[in-house]
Amino acid sequence: MISAAEALKDFKKITPKTIPLVEPFSKGHRACQGCGEVLALRLVAKAVGMDMIAVSATGCMEIISSPYPQTAWEVPWIHVAFENAAAVASGIEAGRKAMIRKGIIKDDGAKIVAFAGDGATADIGLQALSGALERGHDFTYICLDNEAYMNTGIQRSSSTPYGAMTTTSPPGKVSKGQMTWKKNVPMIAAAHNIPYVATASPAWHVDLMNKVKKAVSIPGPAYIHIFSPCPTGWRCPPETSIETARKVVQSKVFPLYEVIDGRYVLTRDIKKPIPVEEYLKTQRRFSHLKEEDIAYIQKRVDGEWDRLLKLVQVTNEEA
Amino acid sequence: MGRRVGLEVSLACAEAVGLCNVDVIAAYPITPQTHIVEHLSELVADGHLDAEFVPVESEHSAMSACVGSSAAGARTFTSTSSQGLALMHEILFIASALRLPIVMAVANRSLSGPISIWNDHSDIMAERDIGWIQTFAENGQEVVDLTLHAFKVAEDSRVCLPMAVNLDGFNLTHVIEPMELPDQEQVDAYLPPFKPSQRLDTAAPISMGMVGVPEVYTEAKKACLEALENSYPVIVEHWKGLAEQFGREYKPIETYRTDDAELLFVTMGSMGETVMSAVDQMRDDGQKVGVVRIRLWRPFPVDDFMNAIAGAKVLAVIDRALSPGVPAGPVATELRGMLYTKDDRPYVADFVCGLSGRDVTRSQFTEMAAQAKEAASSGKEMFCQMVGVKE
Amino acid sequence: MADEGMTPWKDLALGCAMTEPGSSRRFNTGDWRSRRRPVTDREKCIKCGLCWIICPDMAYSPDPEDEGFYNWDSFYCKGCGICLEECPKDAISWQEEREEDKYGPACGS
Repeated sequence: MISAAEALKDFKKITPKTIPLVEPFSKGHRACQGCGEVLALRLVAKAVGMDMIAVSATGCMEIISSPYPQTAWEVPWIHVAFENAAAVASGIEAGRKAMIRKGIIKDDGAKIVAFAGDGATADIGLQALSGALERGHDFTYICLDNEAYMNTGIQRSSSTPYGAMTTTSPPGKVSKGQMTWKKNVPMIAAAHNIPYVATASPAWHVDLMNKVKKAVSIPGPAYIHIFSPCPTGWRCPPETSIETARKVVQSKVFPLYEVIDGRYVLTRDIKKPIPVEEYLKTQRRFSHLKEEDIAYIQKRVDGEWDRLLKLVQVTNEEA
Repeated sequence: MGRRVGLEVSLACAEAVGLCNVDVIAAYPITPQTHIVEHLSELVADGHLDAEFVPVESEHSAMSACVGSSAAGARTFTSTSSQGLALMHEILFIASALRLPIVMAVANRSLSGPISIWNDHSDIMAERDIGWIQTFAENGQEVVDLTLHAFKVAEDSRVCLPMAVNLDGFNLTHVIEPMELPDQEQVDAYLPPFKPSQRLDTAAPISMGMVGVPEVYTEAKKACLEALENSYPVIVEHWKGLAEQFGREYKPIETYRTDDAELLFVTMGSMGETVMSAVDQMRDDGQKVGVVRIRLWRPFPVDDFMNAIAGAKVLAVIDRALSPGVPAGPVATELRGMLYTKDDRPYVADFVCGLSGRDVTRSQFTEMAAQAKEAASSGKEMFCQMVGVKE
Repeated sequence: MADEGMTPWKDLALGCAMTEPGSSRRFNTGDWRSRRRPVTDREKCIKCGLCWIICPDMAYSPDPEDEGFYNWDSFYCKGCGICLEECPKDAISWQEEREEDKYGPACGS
C-alpha cells in the first residue's frame, strides 16, 4: 500500500477562493442554534463531496439529521448503532471491495466516511475503531468532539476535559466535577500506524477541509478529530462557537496537527499563546473552577504542548 | 452431479457457503463455530472463494460489519455461537429491521453461566424475537442444503430478511458425516447472483436507519412482521426448488411414524435423530409413538404443525433451553400458546433435557414417553420436567 | 388529527429507508428565530464569504444577481448570530423581527 506522502504528492489544496459549493448535507436539519458540530460536519461533507457513503453512529448528528421522514443527507447514509460506526464502515468497505473486484459493481470512487461523536469514539466505540484501523480498511473516521454525551443530555465522556461540568460530573460539595484528563484519541489512532491522523477546528475551516480532503485521498484508514463547540452543553452563547473554537487552539488546549506516515506535523505553531483562563472563562461549564484548578490545567496544557513539539522533532528526525 | 464426501459438518457448511460465492464473511471465532470460519478463511486464502474475509475484533462488530456489507449490496455471511450470538444481540434486531439478507450459521451452544462450550439451544432461544427467519438442521446434509436455501430465501426480493441456520455445536459441527456436496453448476442454477432492490449507492442515495419517530415506528414494525409472515410461501417454494435441483426434499415440519401415534415427541435439531431411533424401539415394543421435527422455527408454520400432530393425544416436547420464571421451556410454551385456541388439543408435556451437551439416551426418551402418558391420563396440570437432574 | 402525515405501512420503503435525499429541506428551521434576524450592510461587506461558509445552517447562498454577495434565507436561519460575530467588517447586525415576518418561503434550495 502506498504511503500517505506518496498519495499526497499531487494534492490540490482547497483555498478560500476555491471552497467547494456543493452541500452534501442539507438545510433544514435540527441542530441547535450555533451548533459547532453540525458546522464541522457540513465542512467535512463539502470537502468530501457527493461521492461519499456516510455512516453515522448514534448521537447528536445522527438524530438531528434523520428524524423520519426528514433526512438531511444528500448522499447514501446508514445509521446502525452507537458503538459500531467503524465496524459498519468496515463492512461497507469490504463489501464494495469484493463486489468491485468480482465485477458486480463498477468502482465509482465513492469515499466511505464514518461520523461519530466523542462518546461513540473514545468510549463505547473504541473497540470498533481500533479494530477497523488495525485491519487497514480504506475509510475515513471523523470524530466530532463536543466533549460529552450531548445527545442524551450532557453526560461526561472520557473526552470531557478536566474540570468540566457535566450532568454526571457535576461539581458539588465533595467533588470538583470531571477529575480525569481528556483521553488523547488522536494519538491512540496514531499508535495504530495508520497513514493519516489530524486534528482540526472549525475556526480554521479551510485547514479543516484540506485535512478531510487529504484523508479521503489517502488509501487506508484515516482519523480526524474535530473540536466541536456545543453552546447548549458548554453553556455559552450560540454566537460564540467559532470564537471558542479559535481560543481553544490559541491557548494550546487543542493543538492542531497532522500525523502523516507516523510523522508529526504541527499545523499552527502558537508563538503567542493566550492563557488557558481566556479559553475556560468563555464557557459556564468551567465557571466553578478555582485558581489552583486553572493553574493545574495551564501546567498540563503546557506540558502536553512541549511533548507534542518533541514528538514533532523526533518523528521528523526519524523520517 | 455433486460428490459424495465424508466430511466434518463444519467444513461442509463452509463449503456450502463457498459454493454460494459469498462476497463478504465477517466473523469472530468461538467454540464450536471455529472450524466453519477457519475453513472459510482457507477457501479465501487459496483462491477457491473470491470474498473479503474480515477478521473482526468481536461478534458485535461481526454483525455490524455484516450489516454494512449487506447494505452495500454484497452477499454476506457470518457464523457464531452462544456468547457471540448474545454479543450480537442489539444488532440482530437492526439487521432485520433494515431488511438485510444476511445469512448466519449458528453453532448452537449453551449460554453462560456457568460458561459451557457444549450444545443446547439456549443461545438461539434468547433470540426468538429478532425478526429473522430461523431454521434447524438435523444432520450434516441438512446443514449444507439449508445454507444454500438460506441465501436463496433471504435474498429473494419478496423476502429481504436475514436468516439463521441452526446446527448443534459439537453434535453436528464436529462430527464427520456422509453428505453429498453439490457442484458449482448445480448451485449456480439454484442460486442466482444477489440483486438488491436498494443499497448504499451514490447513484441513488438513500438514508437507512433513520429515527423511528412515534408516527412511523409502528408501521415500520408492521411492515417487518408482514415480511416475516409472508416469507413462508417463499421458504416452501425454494425448498421445492431445492428438491428439483438436488433431489432432496425438505418441509417446514417433518413427521416420523406419526400416522397412528397416540404420543408424539416434538424435537428441533440433531436430537430428532436420536428420538427417531428411540421411537423405533418403542414401536417394536408395541407403543404407538412418533416424532414431529420442527425444521422451520421462524416464522413458525402453525398450520403444518397442527396437521402433523393431528390425532395425537399427548405431545412430549423436547426443550433444550430453559425459560426461567415461566413454568415450561420456550418451545413448549409457544406450542401451548398456539394450541390454546384449537379444539381437541393434545396434552402437552415438556421435557428440558440435553443442557450443555449432556447426552440423552433412548431409554430416557422411553421413560419420558411413559411419564407424559401417565401425567396425561391422571389429569395432572401441564407438566414440565428437567430430565436427569441429580437430586 | 393525530395521524396526519403518517404513512400507511405498505407505502414505507424497504426497511423504513428514506429514498428522497435531503428531504429535510422542507423543514422550516427559520421558525426557531426569536425576535431578531441578521441583516447585512452591503456597503460594509467585503465579499469575503465567511458568513456563507461559517453558517451551521447554510442560511447564506451566493447571490446570483450580484456576484460576491450572499443572500440570507429566512426559511432556515435559526438566529444563532455566528455570522454577526465572525464578520470581519461588522457588516451584519441584528434587526428586530416580528413573529409574522419570520415565515418566508424557502429560497435558493
